[in-house]
Amino acid sequence: MAQGREVDQSSGTETTGHEWDGIKELNTPLPRWWLWTWYATILWAVGYWILMPAWPLVSSYTTGLLGHSQRAVVAQSLAEAKQAQIGYTSRIVDASLAEIEADPALLEFALAGGRSAFAVNCSQCHGLGAQGGPGYANLNDDDWLWGGTLDDIAQTIRFGIRSGHDEARVGDMPAFLRDGILDQAQVEDVVTYMLSLSGEAGDAEAIARGADVFAEQCTACHQEDGVGSHELGAPNLIDGIWLYGGDRDTLIQTVAGGRAGAMPAWIGRLDAAAIKQLAVYVHALGGGE
Amino acid sequence: MDTMADITGASMNRAAAAAGVERSTAEPVNKSAARSLYAKRLRIHPKAAHGVFRRLKWAIMAVTLAIYYLTPWIRWDRGPNAPDQAVLIDFPARRFYFFFIEIWPQEVYYLTGLLIIAALALFLATSLFGRVWCGYMCPQTVWTDLFIAVERLLEGDRAARIRGDAMPWTVGKIARKAVKHAAWLVIAVLTGGAWVFYFADAPGLLADLVRFQAPAIAYMAIGGLTFTTYMLGGHAREQVCTYMCPWPRIQAAMLDDESLVVTYREFRGEPRGAHRKGDSWEGRGDCVDCNQCVAVCPMGIDIRDGQQLECITCALCIDACNGVMDRVGRPRGLIAYDTLTNLQRRTTGQPPRFRLARLRPVVYAVLIAVVGAVMLAAFSSRGSVELSVLRDRNPLFVTLSDGSVRNGYTIKIINKRHQGRDFRLTVSGSVPAQLSILAAADETATVTVGPDRLASFRVFLTVPAADVRGESAQVTFVVSDTASGDQAVYDSVFRGPSK
Repeated sequence: MAQGREVDQSSGTETTGHEWDGIKELNTPLPRWWLWTWYATILWAVGYWILMPAWPLVSSYTTGLLGHSQRAVVAQSLAEAKQAQIGYTSRIVDASLAEIEADPALLEFALAGGRSAFAVNCSQCHGLGAQGGPGYANLNDDDWLWGGTLDDIAQTIRFGIRSGHDEARVGDMPAFLRDGILDQAQVEDVVTYMLSLSGEAGDAEAIARGADVFAEQCTACHQEDGVGSHELGAPNLIDGIWLYGGDRDTLIQTVAGGRAGAMPAWIGRLDAAAIKQLAVYVHALGGGE
Repeated sequence: MDTMADITGASMNRAAAAAGVERSTAEPVNKSAARSLYAKRLRIHPKAAHGVFRRLKWAIMAVTLAIYYLTPWIRWDRGPNAPDQAVLIDFPARRFYFFFIEIWPQEVYYLTGLLIIAALALFLATSLFGRVWCGYMCPQTVWTDLFIAVERLLEGDRAARIRGDAMPWTVGKIARKAVKHAAWLVIAVLTGGAWVFYFADAPGLLADLVRFQAPAIAYMAIGGLTFTTYMLGGHAREQVCTYMCPWPRIQAAMLDDESLVVTYREFRGEPRGAHRKGDSWEGRGDCVDCNQCVAVCPMGIDIRDGQQLECITCALCIDACNGVMDRVGRPRGLIAYDTLTNLQRRTTGQPPRFRLARLRPVVYAVLIAVVGAVMLAAFSSRGSVELSVLRDRNPLFVTLSDGSVRNGYTIKIINKRHQGRDFRLTVSGSVPAQLSILAAADETATVTVGPDRLASFRVFLTVPAADVRGESAQVTFVVSDTASGDQAVYDSVFRGPSK
């Protein structure tokens, strides 16, 4: 029950006026410094709502009178960073790939830029260390489908392989069994012959039969001795490096069902400087020609 | 004789302690008799002391301040590619220069060694000689001493200062105080200024500072140090030693019964009391209760109460008391540096003994020697070229079209000389590896590293298919200066496919 407020003698403070089982409570006033600080924080909060992005709306938010935006700040920083690099990137755009590789300062910049662009754009398929996997080329070795010179690499990056771009590289490995060009036995024979080119032992008759099939069907693209062709994108069949796998079953699958791997075209997605840096970087991985 | 206002407001006492010796009314801030749990800070006005230890303090102050202020201005020629300041901590270039020594950031462990030696030296000095750091060498002591000296110069000695403080605020008083604080601020700014000169080329930075073109951090550092010097030296003073600094408590643990401390020889001094000229000295102590020891103490204590935490063993009370003893014709040394065991011995009439070669000082000395020797050995075996090899982890190895296996490495060569040098890179190991450097000028595996620089190169090792031995083989990279033959080696591995 509310009772009269008393003044406590030792502290000089009023009681709240309530009493519970004989216990009374002092109504000590809030410290003035604390109270005014609290009012100040309230004022600050209201001001902040008005000036800065604050309240979420149904599908947007209040942007505040000052128009501050973290996204704009980040975009600004990115633009400034790009501008800071303009000395190098403009030289890279103007120079040829060979000139970039010959100039130590440009080379260092291009390698660093290529490394980071590779990690962002290419590592998803080719791996962070560029070692690839089944169906994705290992860019470290010296086995190239479409050529490993600087210009070849730049061309591949720009227009891709079977990417749908007008200037894309397009190769054609037919599905010999599925399309009925060869039967199962012939497919197995030609694979036996192909493996024998790399020194693997096999049935002599099967090798002989396979050699005939090979001469008829395969040499057009893969050449007489199986070394492949960079113009046609036909892989080298005797160097022990395989894009999809070099075990017998996988090779049979390749011949039987054909292969048509794709690489996107990066022109339009990356600027000219980035593509050149990537080309230099990939070339410098160790297997460039 | 001038009357002196008692700081506690008690009535003035004009009595002399002895012939030609006036009795000071200075009260210690922490009496053994009446201690209260909370006492407001009383400002201390130490009186000027004269004597051997005062002169020693002046000398040490001059030497330490000279070293502090003048060292950044010493020049040391290191050639055109390096700064010419003898002592320089170069943060942008990440080097520490000390005369002929140049430390790279990887070698910061020398600083660890130095700090260990410094700590052990402090322990050694304390275990032998007591709190000499606190009383003579500590920056707080030196700068407080300096500030008190300036105050004494501008406002007079203790008596004049107490009188001046008690007077009402006149224009003259305000002007005098302003001049004193201005002088203190000048000293404080110079202190902060000297500090920043250790981190940049001194003449250049000074020119920039006065033209207001120095980097903001320089001004902020000077501002911060000005503030701390002015506050700690001008205002906080003995409060720092009593309350803020951890060292008094550590020193108290470092001292033992055989360390030197400032002792009052109670057996000689008591019972104390005023002495009239011509009176006998029989049956009474030598202490004439002049309170000079209290008046000169910068910590404001009474050493006659015994060992106290506040006593920094600056020995000014020894100087004051010796002066008084000379005037009353008694022997010096009523207050003296002594060990507590010796005080005990003297009290019971035994001769004193000073033992320097105790276990603790000997252990400290040996440790200092050991750490010093280790540092010296490490330092003298520093090479002028260093090599670090980072093996590619992704991919572990690459199989080439002819079946050979290739590993990639990133080689980092540090050239510690101040001129560019050419290095030849070779590799040896259990597998015959062919070495090639990316973007190399020619086939000789020679690279150039600029002066005082780290350069990194991509290197490939290729091993023919037939020679690959197992999954992992040891290889050693050797980089050697083509001119002088200085070498550095680094062990790595060559990995191949698992068989």
